[in-house]
Amino acid sequence: MAKVLMKGNEAVAEAAIRSGCRHYFGYPITPQTEIAEYMAKRMPKVGGLCLQAESEISAINMVMGAASAGVRAMTSSSSPGISLKCEGISYIAGCDLPCLILNVQRGGPGLGGIQPAQSDYWQATKAMGHGDLHLIVLAPSSVQEMASLANKAFDLADKYRMPAMLLADGALGQMMEPVDLDGIKAPEAVCKPWATCGHDGKRKKNITNSLYINPDDLEKTVIERFARYETVKANEIMYEEYLTEDADIVVVAYGITARICRSAVAMARAQGVKVGLFRPITLWPYPYEALGRLADTASRFIVSELNMGQMIDDVKIAINCRRPVDFCGRTGGVLLTPEEILNAILGGKK
Amino acid sequence: MSKVVFDRPHALSDVPLHYCPGCTHGIVHRLVAQTIDELGIEDKTIGIAPVGCSVFAYNYFECDMIQAAHGRAPAVATGVKRSLPDKVVFTYQGDGDLAAIGTAESVHIAARVENITIIFINNAIYGMTGGQMAPTSLLGQVTTTSPYGRDPKIQGNPIRVCEMLATLDGTAYAERVAVDTVQHVNATKKAIKKAFQMQLEGKGFSIVEVISSCPVQWGKTPVEALEWIRTDMIPHYPLGVYKDITANS
Amino acid sequence: MNRVTFNVDRCKGCGLCVAFCPKKIITLSSDILNAKGYHPAQITEPEKCIACAMCATMCPDTVIKVEKEI
Repeated sequence: MAKVLMKGNEAVAEAAIRSGCRHYFGYPITPQTEIAEYMAKRMPKVGGLCLQAESEISAINMVMGAASAGVRAMTSSSSPGISLKCEGISYIAGCDLPCLILNVQRGGPGLGGIQPAQSDYWQATKAMGHGDLHLIVLAPSSVQEMASLANKAFDLADKYRMPAMLLADGALGQMMEPVDLDGIKAPEAVCKPWATCGHDGKRKKNITNSLYINPDDLEKTVIERFARYETVKANEIMYEEYLTEDADIVVVAYGITARICRSAVAMARAQGVKVGLFRPITLWPYPYEALGRLADTASRFIVSELNMGQMIDDVKIAINCRRPVDFCGRTGGVLLTPEEILNAILGGKK
Repeated sequence: MSKVVFDRPHALSDVPLHYCPGCTHGIVHRLVAQTIDELGIEDKTIGIAPVGCSVFAYNYFECDMIQAAHGRAPAVATGVKRSLPDKVVFTYQGDGDLAAIGTAESVHIAARVENITIIFINNAIYGMTGGQMAPTSLLGQVTTTSPYGRDPKIQGNPIRVCEMLATLDGTAYAERVAVDTVQHVNATKKAIKKAFQMQLEGKGFSIVEVISSCPVQWGKTPVEALEWIRTDMIPHYPLGVYKDITANS
Repeated sequence: MNRVTFNVDRCKGCGLCVAFCPKKIITLSSDILNAKGYHPAQITEPEKCIACAMCATMCPDTVIKVEKEI
């Protein structure tokens, strides 16, 4: 099982290809352009397509077309480009189509900056498009997870007929770590009886559509979709705990921030502080229950994010506001240091 | 006794430019600034900067500047001009901004007969993001997203913007120029001044497409890059006036 | 005498002025580095300058100021 030293952006692209994706639609934007460039080189070699669209809006609509045709399709972008995709993602969700969308987050709002951030958490988990909808949102925390969660995202998207998002950031996209790609496999050809791929005279026509003029019909469709979301919640929640069994203070963080927090937790433990780290991996569905249980034993929570405080709301919901929740964050593309988080753990409120 | 025959125009801010050595953005910035000086319009001009290498254009001109979302400069310009019709409004856009994501905005600013000037920098590549293909990249051109050369079957054909926008009734003036020689630079200056004059006279939408170089992403020296404009770009993008409603037919 | 002044620290050593000077009297100094680490352009034989301003016309960084004797 040889590991390959890869950049996060390239690892996710390679993993997508090994997961059976042969259709990538994208547009250049820092800090994720390497994904399009890698796909441009690699896709022709595996008989796939990398298409640089005229815009991110066009790209997401191309994904919709390919997904409706029954193939594994993906797009990638960074914060401003993801905003452009909102309408398209709403359509994809409203049509019950599977696909993978990757957001390599950068500082915002507006054109913002090009350095890593996590300020699209609300967008990804609460407002990725108009209407009642959810995406499966996975948060990798390493280059290995950029690869393995890309594979998982495709599987989940197909299983539940909904869009999936990999919520990464510029640090994960740019950094290089060893990756084991052997476990990344494409499934047997997945039969998609609902795909609009030409009925060939052999079946009734399929329609991909999100328009329901009759409000009763629309409500019924949305309620059915939400019943499917309940199944996702029941079966697919993922998280990781580090030293939480006896923790009095629990740090909650995801993505690159969780890596930094892990160092801070180790530093605090060395000083005798009973602190642990809870790392959500699925941001939707959020691990409310598992996190909530920690409020039985811990007396304080610290949420650490690269934004002005977005996931902190979900943490408060998870623990039902039973314990104080502090926030330790930086934004605009500034990365936290372990020392800043250690300071928050040791009592300096931030 | 001597007189100054060449100096920095007032409208060009006295700050270092971030562009690569030999990048012709700097030349065109100066020509726009010279035009603004000669027409005496700095105090009533608003420029719109794009997303691309020239995103920082808001730091380089002494008039009021707005930084717009990718491709949306013409729409932002419309918002300004419709609010302040007696001001001079120009956009400065690259090939990704104008001919990829902003194609709809570019067409509709002409269709709506917006009295606005677009300075369009066509260097057949995406510079700021590291050398990806542009809508104006040539067939066979190697870029990071056309690593085997632009193939029409996969990546389509390049777009000729002046020809396309000249077909719209609202376009008053569309000229394609280049900045690869002194003569061409002087002609570019003339075209830019004419475009701004058209706006001052309320004639309609004007666009000057400037064939420019990108030495770093083309993989050439600055001098070689200007040569490539002559040998490869201009044959595909012929220079000339594509529309001029003031010219005698 | 005609006079050409270079704003040395703005020069990026791109070489366009060198290529376009009709009198071939501009070079990039090989032994000087400016504040940004470039080899700035300089005039070798200033008395031959005809103040045509072709160098300044092609300079993307407005490094050059040209004065003509009248």
